[in-house]
Amino acid sequence: MYLLEVRDLTKHFGGIRAIEEVRFRAKEGSIMSIIGPNGAGKTTLFNCLTGITRPTKGAISFFDMETTGLKPDSIVKLGVARTFQNIRLFREMTVIENVMVSQHCRTRSGLLSAIIRSNNFRNEEKTIKEKALEYLELVGLEAYADTVAGSLPYGSQKRLEIARAIATEPRLILLDEPTAGMNPQETGEMMELIKKLQELGKTIILIEHDMKVVMGISENIVVLDHGVKIAEGAPEEIRKNPMVIEAYLGKEH
Amino acid sequence: MNKAVSKTDSPIHRFTHSPFFIALWLALLFLPFKGLKAAGILFIVLFAAVSMLNMFKKYVGTMKGVFSDFKQYLLGRSRIKLPESKTRSIALTLLMSVVVMALPFYGHDYLIDIAVLSGIYIILAQGLNIVVGFTGLLNLGFVAFYAIGAYSYALLNTKLGMGFWASLPLSVMLVTLSGFILAIPALRLRGDYLAIVTLGFGEIVRLVLNNWDSFTKGPNGIGGIEPPNIFGMQISKLGHFYYFIIIFVLLAVFIIRRVSASRIGRAWIAIREDEIASSSIGINTTAYKLYSFAFGAFWAGLAGVLFAAKMQFVSPESFTFMESVLVLCMVILGGLGSIPGVVLGAIILVMLPEMLREVQLYRMLALGSGLVMLMIFRPQGLMGGKGVSFRG
Repeated sequence: MYLLEVRDLTKHFGGIRAIEEVRFRAKEGSIMSIIGPNGAGKTTLFNCLTGITRPTKGAISFFDMETTGLKPDSIVKLGVARTFQNIRLFREMTVIENVMVSQHCRTRSGLLSAIIRSNNFRNEEKTIKEKALEYLELVGLEAYADTVAGSLPYGSQKRLEIARAIATEPRLILLDEPTAGMNPQETGEMMELIKKLQELGKTIILIEHDMKVVMGISENIVVLDHGVKIAEGAPEEIRKNPMVIEAYLGKEH
Repeated sequence: MNKAVSKTDSPIHRFTHSPFFIALWLALLFLPFKGLKAAGILFIVLFAAVSMLNMFKKYVGTMKGVFSDFKQYLLGRSRIKLPESKTRSIALTLLMSVVVMALPFYGHDYLIDIAVLSGIYIILAQGLNIVVGFTGLLNLGFVAFYAIGAYSYALLNTKLGMGFWASLPLSVMLVTLSGFILAIPALRLRGDYLAIVTLGFGEIVRLVLNNWDSFTKGPNGIGGIEPPNIFGMQISKLGHFYYFIIIFVLLAVFIIRRVSASRIGRAWIAIREDEIASSSIGINTTAYKLYSFAFGAFWAGLAGVLFAAKMQFVSPESFTFMESVLVLCMVILGGLGSIPGVVLGAIILVMLPEMLREVQLYRMLALGSGLVMLMIFRPQGLMGGKGVSFRG
């Protein structure tokens, strides 16, 4: 069963072709990587998948449900979560509040119950808090629950972004360069975390430049260059693919 | 972190924060009004005052350390239990509420009158705090909602003869609805553009009230508005009205606190912090911005109704752009997103101009320079703070 299916996805910004007829599928429970040189259209692809930008052409379906043209919050509700390349935390909120606010779309208490603090409201708040702590534990940040998010070190901020993504209870998680700017040890921990997410039954698609990570954990790799998919396959195939080598290193003369 | 440290260490920063610079700047500000001699005296006085304040700050800093050491020592020696900070804060709250509740018994009418006005402004500023402080949407025409609330009650009362309690929900609902109506076009815009549109809305409302003579009596205003009734008793005495206002202030603070500590409040703050990130964790940003606008307008409407009931007279003059700016100043002075801060900000900005009446023409200048100083030394407002500001 395919969780995600992208068909002929195209995005033009004026005359610039950011993505051109890209198609791929992601199996449920798998880890997939999207690689390519800078400006290949990887982040634009993520933005299309999450509804932040509307594709010019093509279709995206999630469990056979058409999500093209839906607004970001509706797509999250269907079970797609993401992190950002340039960290976008709610910097002035505490770590735990970042994860609590993320459960917004899975909770429903309204104005009135908030004012009178009804039983439902209190139970819901309690569950939100407990779950938030659970997610923080998963990424190893439970000790920093009451720290202001903006003051966390870089690597922890990246992990908090992942906790925040998981808190929306997604089936598919899109990670935009999860190990960028990390030292080898942090990178190793991040790989562990990604594998842990897979064990929890999540499907993961990541954009990554670190080939050790890409080759180490992904089952399937899609290579983009100038908005076009130039290759797709298992790590071994991609490593040997002449098109991919050319895109990264240039042609032999 | 590193950035902040290097910033306070830079020579420019040290210079602009030195007592010399502060005193010089303010003295120059006063120079055109009071002449060289007065400015010179002001410079010396300010220089001395700011230097002493700095010294005092350092002194307090060291004393705090000494005091806590001493406390530790005492606690170690004896088994006396010092009152915990919680009991102390309860005692402080009790003391404050006694001072506030007993005001009509010891204060003269002038003071009570200002206190009532402060109460109305607290509600108004809390409303704006929801929009600007929590959700981060700059609204420069907030007074329009205040005006609509005041005029709704004025018109319902004088034209249809409806009483306070019948008009209150109707007026407030009308204002909330107008909040929605403004928000629908305005929320397509961001930042500065939104500010301009709301500013325009504020002016439109004031101009309509000013020029629709047949309906609003134009610049003459509407007089003879009934004060509210409770169980057949008319609340027209100032002391009674004071308690009446206090009830509404408490209600506003209570409700806004609870809402801000719920998932709705968290969603608002998330939108303030990062709109794209909030939409990608599943917050419908458009809906919640609308929500915030309407909820803020609700309190402005309530403040308007109370204002009309207290003054028993409304005219467009009370709802100028300056009024919007004043309310915004209250929110910023107190600290964006801080509920107790905004209460303090509203009280200060109502009280201060009255206390500065002695210096007549210079009071606005003094107030203005005070605000500028605040923005230099405490940009987060009196009670706002990173990460704390929105938690009540």
